[in-house]
Formats: sequence, C-alpha cells, structure tokens
Amino acid sequence: MYENMDNGIFPEIVIPSRSVKNLVYDEELEQYILGLSKVKRSSQNIKHIRPFTQLVWLAFFVNKLLKQGKTSTLRDVYYSAQAYNIDFKDQPESDDIITDLEAAFSRAREDFSIYPEERSAVFGDLTIEYTVKGYEGKRLNLASHPDGYLIGPSLSTCEFVETSAEMVIAVEKGGVFTRFVEEKVHERYNAIIIDTAGQPPRSTRYILKRLNKEMHLPVYILTDGDVYGEHIAMVIVAGSANAAHIRDLTVPTAKWIGVWGTDILKYKLPSIPLTDQDVKRIHELKKDPRYNKELWQRELDVFLKIRKKSELEAFAKYGLTAIVDKYLRDKLDEAKSF
Amino acid sequence: MMKKSVSFAEISPSEFFYRNRDLAGFSNPTRALYSATRELVENSLDACELIGVLPEIFIRITPLDKDEKQPDPKSYILKVQDNGPGVDPKYLPNAFGRVFFGSKFRLRQARGMFGMGGTMSILYGQITTNKPVKVISSTNDGKAYKFEMMIDIRENVPIILSKESIPTEGITGTSVEIALQGDFYRASSKLQEYFKQTAVVTPYANIVYLDAIGRIWYYERVTKLMTTPPIETLPHPYGIDVEALRRLLQDTSEETLSKFMYKNFHRVGENIARRFLEFSGFKEALNPKALTNQQIVSFVDALHRYDGFLKPDASCLSPINKEILEAGILKELKPEFIATSIRPPSAYSGFPFIVEVGVAYGGKILPPRLTLFRFANRIPLLYDEGNDISWKIINEDIDWRHYNVGTDAPVALITHVCSTKVPYKTVGKEYLADRPEIERELKNALREVLRQLQTYLSRKGSMAMVQRKIGIYNKYLPMIATFVTELSDVKKLPKYKSLLDKSEDKDENKIIDEKEDEPKIVTDDKKVILSENVLDYEKDGVNKSAKQTTIEDFK
Repeated sequence: MYENMDNGIFPEIVIPSRSVKNLVYDEELEQYILGLSKVKRSSQNIKHIRPFTQLVWLAFFVNKLLKQGKTSTLRDVYYSAQAYNIDFKDQPESDDIITDLEAAFSRAREDFSIYPEERSAVFGDLTIEYTVKGYEGKRLNLASHPDGYLIGPSLSTCEFVETSAEMVIAVEKGGVFTRFVEEKVHERYNAIIIDTAGQPPRSTRYILKRLNKEMHLPVYILTDGDVYGEHIAMVIVAGSANAAHIRDLTVPTAKWIGVWGTDILKYKLPSIPLTDQDVKRIHELKKDPRYNKELWQRELDVFLKIRKKSELEAFAKYGLTAIVDKYLRDKLDEAKSF
Repeated sequence: MMKKSVSFAEISPSEFFYRNRDLAGFSNPTRALYSATRELVENSLDACELIGVLPEIFIRITPLDKDEKQPDPKSYILKVQDNGPGVDPKYLPNAFGRVFFGSKFRLRQARGMFGMGGTMSILYGQITTNKPVKVISSTNDGKAYKFEMMIDIRENVPIILSKESIPTEGITGTSVEIALQGDFYRASSKLQEYFKQTAVVTPYANIVYLDAIGRIWYYERVTKLMTTPPIETLPHPYGIDVEALRRLLQDTSEETLSKFMYKNFHRVGENIARRFLEFSGFKEALNPKALTNQQIVSFVDALHRYDGFLKPDASCLSPINKEILEAGILKELKPEFIATSIRPPSAYSGFPFIVEVGVAYGGKILPPRLTLFRFANRIPLLYDEGNDISWKIINEDIDWRHYNVGTDAPVALITHVCSTKVPYKTVGKEYLADRPEIERELKNALREVLRQLQTYLSRKGSMAMVQRKIGIYNKYLPMIATFVTELSDVKKLPKYKSLLDKSEDKDENKIIDEKEDEPKIVTDDKKVILSENVLDYEKDGVNKSAKQTTIEDFK
C-alpha cells in the first residue's frame, strides 16, 4: 500500500466476502466456511474510502497493541477510533470492521488482542498458568473463587496445567451457573462449569475447544428449552455462520443435553407458548445444514409440535435443587448412551 | 275589467353594465379600484404596442379629499397617462363615453376583450362619485384636447361638459383621470402584485406608480425589444356562430356565396370555398342575402363540421417571445435559473392561440415554495388561482418528484396564453376554462421547462457532489498515508498528494456501488439456505433477555 501510494496508485484491499451468499457449509469440517468470493475495497472508490480508511486504521491500531503487548475490547476499539478522527457511526460499524480484519487474515480478533466485553465465566478444578505480561509463570486453580473467573485476555492465553475434572458442563446463564457452583456440581459430577452468557464469545468457545482437545474432556451443554437455547448449543458444536472465516472454534463432539422439547413433556415443565418469531426461527434453522442430524431436527420438530418453550429455571417447580439432583443426573446418564 | 298594461323598456349597454357591474370586476370598492386601474393601464399598453412605441406609463392614485384621516372606502382620483398615439378628438367622446364603442370587435389579440373596460371604469367612477372624467389626448397635430365628460347611462351617450385645446409640442399620448370610490388600504397589495407581474411580461415598458400614501413604485425598462403588434384577421369558419354569420351577411356586398366566403373568412380561398359549398350542398352562385334563417343555421352547422379548412394562422397573435419573457423574469424575480418554452401556434374552435411558459428557480426573491404567475394576453391574472387550468395541471398532472423539485423549492412558474379569444370562465377575466387543446399545450410546455429545470438541478447537485467528494478524498487519503507509513515502519509519508489531484478529475460514473463490487458467488452443489436473521442471533452474548433484540441494541 505504501508503495502504491508512493507511486501514485490508489491502494486496494482484497478480503473474502462475508456476505451470506458466500457462506458454504463444509461437510467435512461440519461448519460454515467462506466461499471463494472476494471483495475488493479501493481507496479510489468514494463509497469505499471510508471503510477502507477504517480498516487501515484498525490494522495500524492492532499493530500498536501487539507491539506494546496491550489488549483492547470491542468497545475500547470503538472509542479509541475517535481519538484518531476515525468516525465510526456506532459500535456495530466498528465491530464489523474488526470482523473484516479477521476475515482478511483468517484469524480471530483475540489474535489481534481484541476481546469482547467479558461476560462469560468458568469455575472448577483446573489449574492454569498465566502467559500474560507481568504474570508469566503464575498459577491459579479455577475452583478458588465461587463467583467463577471471567474469561478475558489472560484466561484466553493461559496454559492448562492440570485438572481432576472428567467433563465440562456449559450452561447458558449466570443464574444456573451460580446454582451449580452452590450445589457443588464441580465436585458431585467432577466437572468444570462454564457460563456461556448467552451465545458464547469466541474466547469462551476457544476455551471449550481446548478443554476438549487438550484435556480430553467431554463437553455437555445445558440451555433453555427453546430454539435459541438449541442454537447456542449448535454454535458451540458447529460454529457460527457469523464467524465462517474462522476455523478451529468448534467442538464437534460436544453434546446438547437439554432442555429438549421432549423434556418439557417428560418433566411436565411449566412453559409458555412459542411466539411467531420463535416459529419462524425454527423453520429457518430446520433448513440449516448444521441441523442435518437426527437429534437436532427431532427437537426442532418437537418444539414446533408442542408449540411450547421452557426455561432452565422451570425446574424450580420441583425445588431449587431439582435441576442438579435429578435432571442433570438423568441427562448426563442419557448423554453417555448416545 | 281594465287590462293591466305592462311596459317594457329598452336598456342601453351602459345601463346593462351599470346593473351588472359585479360581472366586470367592480363588485366592491377594493376590487373596483384594482379593476379600474388595471383596465386603464391595459388600454395604455395596448395603445403603445399597437404603434410600436416603447411604453411610458404613469399611474397616480390620490385621495379625492385631502383629509387623510377618513377611513376607507373613500373617493380617490385615479390618473393613468401614456405616450401612445392619442385619440382623435373626433372620436374621443365616444371612445371614452360610450359602452361598446371600441376597436376590438375585429379579431386581433388585445388585452381588453370588449374594449369596454376603460368605459366601465369611467362609468363606475361616475356612479360612485358623480364626478366627470377628465381626458387629455394628443395625436400628432401639435395640440392636446382636454375633455370633461359624463355618461348618460340611459341613452348610452357621452355628455361633454367642457372641451379645450392646449399646445403640446409634438408629444402624443392620452391621460385619463377619474374619481371613484375605492378601498386603497385593501387593494394596495393587489395593485403592487399587478404592477410587478405586468413588469414581468412588459420589460420594455417604464411604469411609474405613485400610490395613495405617497410611495413611488418604479418598474424600469430593461430591454428595447418589443412584441410584434398583432395583425387583424378575418374570423375563422370554426369560430363563427349564427349571430356572427347573420351580421356578416347583412354587411356583405358580395353576390355569390363563394365570393362571400373568401372575402369574409380567415384562410378560405376560392378552392376551399368551392369544396366546402359542395360538401354542404349550398350553391356557389347563391346570393348570400337570400339565405333563410333555417339555411343560416345549417350553414353554420356545416362550417363547424367541415374538416377541410386550414388551421388559423397566428399572425393575429402577439406572444411575449422568449427574449422578452426571460428579460422580464430576470428583472423582477432575479432567479439563478430561467427556462422558457414557447409552443407553436395551435387553435381551439377556430381561435388561434399560443402558450408560453417560463420557470424561474432560486435567487433571493422567490419564496421557498411554488409560485404561479398566470397571464392571458399579457394580463396578469390575480384572482381565483385555484380554479385556473394551469393550477389544475400543476397540482394534478405534474409529478414533481419526477423533476426533483421538492415542495419547499423556490420555484416560480409563469404561464401565458394568448389568443384572439381567451377562454375566460367569467367576464371578470380572472381564470381560464379547461379547454383540452389549451390544456395539452400548457402541459407540454410546463413539462418542457421542468425538464430543463431538472437538468439544471441535477447538474448543480453533481457539482456539489464533486465538491463533497474532493472533501472526502482530502480527509481520508492523508489518514491512510499516515497509518500506512506507521504500519510499514518507515518515517517518510508516501507521495500521496498526486492521488488528490487524480481524484478530482475522476469521472463520477466510474464510481461503482459497493454492492456491485461483490463478485458472483462461487458455491457449487452445496446449496446454502441461510437466513440473514440467523447471523443476528448468533452474535456474542445473545441470551434470554437479548433474544428479541436487533443489532441496534448492541450499540
């Protein structure tokens, strides 16, 4: 680019197209990948020059971060841009440019030291060793603090030292995560518990993947009994279409253990009717190639049939601890059989 | 029993108009002051134009009673003076003191329709103030004659109160001074508007108007170009009615029908006359005076049905013309853009007409909305705009969005229809009836000028766009250069300045929409069926509370 400009040529950037039309489901990888379409962004094009400048600025900014060993967050990037007169009109626009940079290098933003605002948390017997500047070599056991540990830059880059756990249980929400810690699920089931806080951020998915790959721990996912919960599980298993430009974030062996539509019937859970929106999404996902598996399709169909959904908290009907005492045991047993 | 006797009395034309003055625009003191001024000014302009003299018109309105505290309506003296040819003292009393005595019964475009407007003003002045009219007129014989007259309304004859001659040193012209009841306070804004609009279509006239509260309004001549005086023509067969034919037959001295036809009708020669008579079954040699009433009716009927007559020619018309119209618009409205459309002559019912339309855009005078100036035979039409055909077209038939003209755009449209017979809907001469032939011409002319305006606006828009683009390049290119320099780990900025110059002469058509840049997609048999929505709820942290939200909420 420098040379081009020096020679009076408008610089250009070519990046893989992230358009829905360029999403290809790869049967072998069992995830979405980007097709062959490319997008050319030219500084000569009046409509391109703004996002072009934003992208060049981001590269410049990330370069600074990496050189100085600093980290940043999505929001931090958005606000930092203002200091350079880079006018993102809102944070989604800056997030989008960050994704462009990911696509350009096929690397996750965490590789550029850019993290989401920390939401996700982990708890359980896992000893880690920090690699972040100033903490190198320090160790920590992740069962030491009952609120759990935020999955941020330092956890994302740590080394796993040892664990006595036999499995990872990922839950969709903080309330259930806290209940699990209180009910000592980590001891009773020998598990590391992870709060995905809704759709898990990539750093959380990356931790899940590493626990699965490096520590050989099976991953079980517990979500609300609705189409969104099922899709949270699916994203952990098969990745998101949103991040089709990034590979190695999936846990193909992870198992969604509930709450299933069938469980709503089986446990006679309190439920609310599906909205039109819910039904629409079920139909969308039924066509999604990631759902081309028996269990996933079956549960979508059950939701459609019973037209009901339930939250994890619905088990409170049988007492506050029922979800751990009864349901979790049932489902883990069941999971081992498939 | 005695038979009751009913007496019928003939009424004179003066009497008729005295009784029906509302029809002619004298319905109240406000309207009357405006109409009287207008009629006299129009007579003056007509007189000057007829002999090709650049008009110098002076108008003065003064209260009759100098005590200014008296509220309106009250009596005013209206004086209108011109530098026209003057009126021969032999004809002057009848010209000003008798309704229907005018030269305008022939077919020639003129501002006044019946030549009675001036006399109506005098008549109105007389019945509201009982004061005589003072007329001073000078032809070219070195003397001016001053008359003081009143009109005998019952008999429709002028009563001369005094007559004297004054030396003039070769100046010609006419001055008319009448006393009339009026409401200047209410009429003032209409009068200003009238003079301003008159100035738009007569930029070759000097008009000085001294109003009732001592203000002087000066409408200066900006061009010496004048409209060509119209030529008098014979009536076209399509425009003839039974009464008109009867009169022509009474006056004619021709002895055969065919001769009668080509002597009395516009664009009818021997051949056409013969063919028409064959068509209608009348004998060529028939004496015109021998036609029976029944025959007169069927003759007129045949005239209207026969399609072999030539179209009336437009030499009897006096359009404003492009240069004059543009000079007038420029002078009075000072817009940044003008376009005009002069349509070719056309005809309705045997009356030729020409439509002229102008558009003015921008500048400091025009208000931020659409203004319509309507003219007919060069008279501004100020009342009843909503009923006028131009207004109907503008509101109903023109798709303004198509021309990129917003409702708050400073646009003025000027429409002018000139004809030997303008199809007014009322005697008050304020708005045009919707004749399809005229409507079509107006529509075409309006569309033509609006297309020109649209071109101008889009060129102006793209100029602004180019400016904006240069600004964008100036803003971003130095930034790119700075970041790229740091990324390349060098000290010196690249010589990017040449890119700034290149960006300026870029052809805007080369700029491709970002969407178009996306190449066609590659996928093979692995057909992807993925809804965009799926991407939305795959965003990080989408959970129960955020599930129903959209991207906007993640700001």
